[in-house]
Formats: sequence, C-alpha cells, structure tokens
Amino acid sequence: MKGDVLIRNVTLVDALGERGPADVLLGEGRILSLEGGEAQRVIEGKGRFLAPGFLDLHAHLREPGQEVKEDLYSGLLAAARGGYTDLVSMPNTTPPVDTPEAVRALREKAEALGLARLHPAAALTQGQEGKTLTEAGLLKEAGASLLTDDGRTNEDAGVLAAGLLQAAAFGLPVAVHAEDASLRRGGVMNDGPLADLLGLPGNPPEAEAARIARDLEVLRYAVRRSQKKPHLHIQHLSTGRALELVREAKRAGLPVTAEATPHHLTLTEEALRGFDPLFKVAPPLRTGEDVEALLEGLLDGTLDAIATDHAPHTQAEKELDLLRAPFGIPSLEVAFPLLYTELHRKRGFPLKRLVELFTDGPRNILGLKPIHLEEGAEASLVLLDPKERPVDPRNFTSKAKFSPWAGWTLGGWPVLTLVEGRIVHEALE
Amino acid sequence: MRHLLDFRGWARTEVESLLDTARVMAEVLERPVKKVPALQGFTVATVFFEPSTRTRLSFELAARRMSADVVSFAAQTSSLQKGESYKDTLLTLEAMGVDAYVIRADAAGVPHQAARWVKGVVVNGGDGRRAHPTQALLDAYTLLEALGSLEGKKIAIVGDLLHSRVARSNVELLPLLGAEVWGAGPPTLLPQGLPGARLTSRLEEALAEADAVMVLRLQKERMEAGLIHLQDYIAHYQVTEARLKKAKPGAPLLHPGPMNRDVELEGTLADSARSLVNRQVHNGVAVRMAVLYHLLVGRER
Repeated sequence: MKGDVLIRNVTLVDALGERGPADVLLGEGRILSLEGGEAQRVIEGKGRFLAPGFLDLHAHLREPGQEVKEDLYSGLLAAARGGYTDLVSMPNTTPPVDTPEAVRALREKAEALGLARLHPAAALTQGQEGKTLTEAGLLKEAGASLLTDDGRTNEDAGVLAAGLLQAAAFGLPVAVHAEDASLRRGGVMNDGPLADLLGLPGNPPEAEAARIARDLEVLRYAVRRSQKKPHLHIQHLSTGRALELVREAKRAGLPVTAEATPHHLTLTEEALRGFDPLFKVAPPLRTGEDVEALLEGLLDGTLDAIATDHAPHTQAEKELDLLRAPFGIPSLEVAFPLLYTELHRKRGFPLKRLVELFTDGPRNILGLKPIHLEEGAEASLVLLDPKERPVDPRNFTSKAKFSPWAGWTLGGWPVLTLVEGRIVHEALE
Repeated sequence: MRHLLDFRGWARTEVESLLDTARVMAEVLERPVKKVPALQGFTVATVFFEPSTRTRLSFELAARRMSADVVSFAAQTSSLQKGESYKDTLLTLEAMGVDAYVIRADAAGVPHQAARWVKGVVVNGGDGRRAHPTQALLDAYTLLEALGSLEGKKIAIVGDLLHSRVARSNVELLPLLGAEVWGAGPPTLLPQGLPGARLTSRLEEALAEADAVMVLRLQKERMEAGLIHLQDYIAHYQVTEARLKKAKPGAPLLHPGPMNRDVELEGTLADSARSLVNRQVHNGVAVRMAVLYHLLVGRER
C-alpha cells in the first residue's frame, strides 16, 4: 500500500486508550494502515505520540472588527500550532455574528486559508442583546455550530427558554456564559478574603452557581415543552458549587454539557497578588478547592470538554489597571502542553481521558463523529512531543504575545498537525 | 525599602525608623525657614490618575521643604477611559529624569504595576480600595503624639471598611506598633476578614474601652448602590457623644477627611478638643518628608 505520509514507531492515544507503537500510513485524507507501507514522506516517531486532532469549543478570533487583537489567519494558525484541527469561534465580534451571511462569510474565508477548520458559533439573540432570537434554522444551514451570546449573560429566562426550543428544532446546542450579573456587580477577581485584602471588587462564586441553577430550570422547562431534545452547554465552569449543580442535573437526565478552561485548571486567585491584569479573566480564577473540584469533574464526566476561551487582547490593554483592563487570556498554543504537563505528568491525570477531553468530548457536543486511530479514520491528527521546552509567548502566532505561563517548562508540544491528511503545522526537529 | 506600596512584609523597626525621621522633619517645620537641602537635585513627580487635593499638596510641600524639584501630572478620568496608558505616562516622566513617583489611582494595584515599569522609586499615594500607606503613617504618628505608645491600645475604625484604603493600611500598620485594631460597620460595608483586625457589625463592641476612634468617610455611591440607607447608617453607626461614652474617657477622634458632618460623625464632635483632624493634616507633611527621605537618600542613582 502506498500513501503520502508514514509516521513510524509512534504511540497512539485516543479516547480508546494508549497503544502501539504503530506505523501509521496516511493517504487520501485517511488513515490507510497502522502497519506501515510505502509513503512519499517518512516521519520517525521518536517517542512521540499521535492523537486525533483537537477541537476547541470556545475561542475568540476577533474577526470581524477587532483584527488588531486577532484575525482568522493568526487565530487559526495559532490553533493549528496548538494541535487543533477544529475550532469554534465566538460570535461576540464587532458587529456580532448574528446572521447567516456573517456565518457563511467566516466559513468561506477560513476554508480559503486552509488551516484549522472553523465552526463559527452564532449569536442566540440579535446583536447579542438578549431580546430577539436569531434565525436558528438559517444559521444552521449557513454552517453555525452552536448558538450563544457568550460574553453577555442571558438575563431574560424566557428568551433563553425560547432559544433552547428553537435551537433544538434544528439540532443546535445553546451555550451560555453563566453568571448572575447583578450578584457579580463590578467584580474583577474571585470574591473572598483575598479580594478583600487586595482591595479589589469580588465576583462571588455564588454568581455562577445562581445563574446555572436558573439555567438548569429553564432547560428542564424546554425539555418538557420540546419534541426534540434541547441541549444546554455551560461554558467555562469555574466553581465547585456550579459543578455539583451540573453533576446533579446530569444524574437527573437533563441534556446538559459543560466545559472547563486550561487557566481555571492550573491557576488560582493567588495569581492576582501581584496586581497583574494578565490574570484578569471572566469568570475569575478561583480557589485551590475549586481547582480540585474541577479536576474531579473532568474525571467523573461532569465536565465534557476542555475549551480554551482563548481571548486575545493587545499588550497595551492588558497593561491598564485591574479595573479597566479587559478580561481574557490567550491559550490556543499552550493548552495541551500545559495540561499534559501539569495534570498528566505532575498529577497522574490519565492521558486517555485528557486526550478525550480535547477530542471526542467537544466533538460529541457539536454532534460530530469521534475520531479514533484506526484504519479508515479521517486523518485529522496531531503528533505530540513529550520533550520539554519553555513557553515563550514572543513566538506565539496569536497576535497576543503574552501568557500567564511564560517561562513555564512544558512537554507534550504539538509538532505536526494534519487536517484530512494535509499538514497545517509542522515543527519537527 | 525600595518603594512604599503597602505594609505587606514590613517590620516594626522599619516603621519606627520612619516615624523617628518624621519627628526630625516635624522640627524642621517648626523653624522660621521651613526648608532643608536634603533632596536637592532630586525630582519628585506627583502622578494623580484620580483627583485629590490634600494628598497631592501635602506631598508637593513635603518634597519642596526638602528642596526637591517637583512636577505634577493630573489626568482627567475621561482620558483614562479612552485607554490612555499609565505605562506610557510613567515612561515619559522617566525619560524626563524623574526620581520618585507619587501615584494615586482609583484602581487597586496601579502603584504595584508602576514599580515594575519604572526605575525610580514609587510611593503609593492611594490606590483604589487597596492602600494609602502615608495616611496610615500620619495616623500612627498622630496617635503616638496623643497616646504616647500604641502597645496594647485598642483602636476602633468605624464606617465603610470594605471600600476604604485608609482602613486597610491602618489595619496593616497599627498592629505592627502593638495596637489592637477593631473595625466596625454595617454588614454590607465590612470585608469578610482582614488579617490584623477584629471586625464586627456592632459599633458598641468596637467602641468599648477604645483608646482612640478613627472615623471613615461614608460615600454617597454606597447608598446609590443599595448597600446602605443613609438614615439607617446615621441611626446605628454615626459616632456620637453618647456612643463615645463607651470608649475610654477623652479618647481622641481621627478622620482622614474630607468629613461628612453629621453623617459619620456628629458635627459638634468634629469641632471638639478630642478631634485630631487638623493635627493629622499637619503631621502629614512631616511624615511624607520622612518617606521621601528614606526612599531617595542613600539610594544608588
């Protein structure tokens, strides 16, 4: 058998587990064989491992309107460098992505770029104003992957309920930024003794739990009223209490899924002690106990996916003060190495589950077929190198060249990313 | 010390040494010619991203009394909202040869950020809710004048502790000098906890046997934000003659100013002999002279 690329002597890791070594032959955009063959190009495995390409459910690519922070090219290239073959862009751009035309334009442009594949999310309500629903059916036909007013919280429960029913009719999930804005007030960090000590306005963990509790009741209503199954997806869950609520809801059979971010899994509110707005995110970094609860949630399936919430900003904006600097951390290029090192290597988090949270987990949420490393599977893959290297944000492809993890030494870097057999990122030594 | 940002990590000896210097400076201010050449050749910038009159004047006088050159930068809040960069402002001043920056901002942490950007020394002139260290130093100085020592003395801080940088700095500083600090205020205006202070929503508990009482300003915004009703505050937390009977006889009263007469403090008390408000303002100049002296003199340039 003859193929395009042969990756020799490589360990395979996917949601099914770790196995190998195998000689993976790729051709016609698929895995032709796990037992080798002839190829135009041969890559030695060298202790690296091969996984299905990652899918990020939650990235801000800032196009249209804020290309100074990021654009489709810099963002999708950053994704490819991070091992992502697929990515969901958030619709809170300027203007928001709330029409089928806007979704189609993004898809066409991304396809022409030929990097990671883009699955644009569209706004749940027109202008993300939380009042009038967008056209779920037409958005779906245009290629929208989910509906969300991310960045804004859905204040009107009735609108959210209608949105869930409408989206269900066309098989689209609805994702929510769950935070009670009135309880949060102007909070910029986790509310608690540390915020009091630092004199920074706190965002209470209860603001997240309170909104999730409400949203779960709204979902219950939508389930009761709908012929088709609605799907509520909770974004960037950050507290132990919110996790308990989702766990209970899942036990009760509610169609809910949830994600956690790399920063909420590796940093705590303690990072704010130096008053660096780099660590200002929404929801805020929480306590060590919350981090432990999230890890538990990743293991027991309460959390379905790891999503980056990649939120690029300009350096100057991140050098404002903590009240004025924008929320967000760029992380597409470090997400996997970070969690591979901090969770798997240092804490023994199972690699199989970690990879699942980057692959099958998010794919299931979008209703995409899982990719498992077997003959015939789509060759959207990532080759990961366990060799350790320091994080240097100056080398980011993302326009946001800063990182809370600058200088951290990490292993598990993506050295080759392929989309349907096409190489979109290569950093082989 | 390299900068004065807050009192995290400070030792008692450092505070005492600063206050000793302040005493020397106070003597200078009693002389007919209130000026010494200690900071000749140094340039001090007051960089006020948030409006303030008394703190800025106090620092500028302190610098001038020691013969430093003084430049003053006052930003309109509106230009900051347009995204004007603090960093650029500070680096511009640095390029002009400034040695010390007195920084005031409405956001906690700005002086801490500034200390990472500039080569000169940074003095926190008040940042958001976080700290106002020179105010706490002048409060301590004034309390020492009145009480002799703070060892084992009970100091009650009354009012909106949650939003008060003055309270936070005093809670960090006064225990270093041996004082027992109590904070009292309505539940919506109390932090969950501040290391160094015992907090209570019962005013009487804080005032009982207090050696001195520090009253904080109640801001109108707190009422508008629905955190407190003015009449309820006055009824339960205003420091009055009657309530002060719980404290030690003649216990002095402090207030960082500006005062809302008959809101947080009964008007007649503000003018009484117990009030040290003007003494605080007076001592502020000497204390700030001491701070600038400690930070700038003997430092490698």
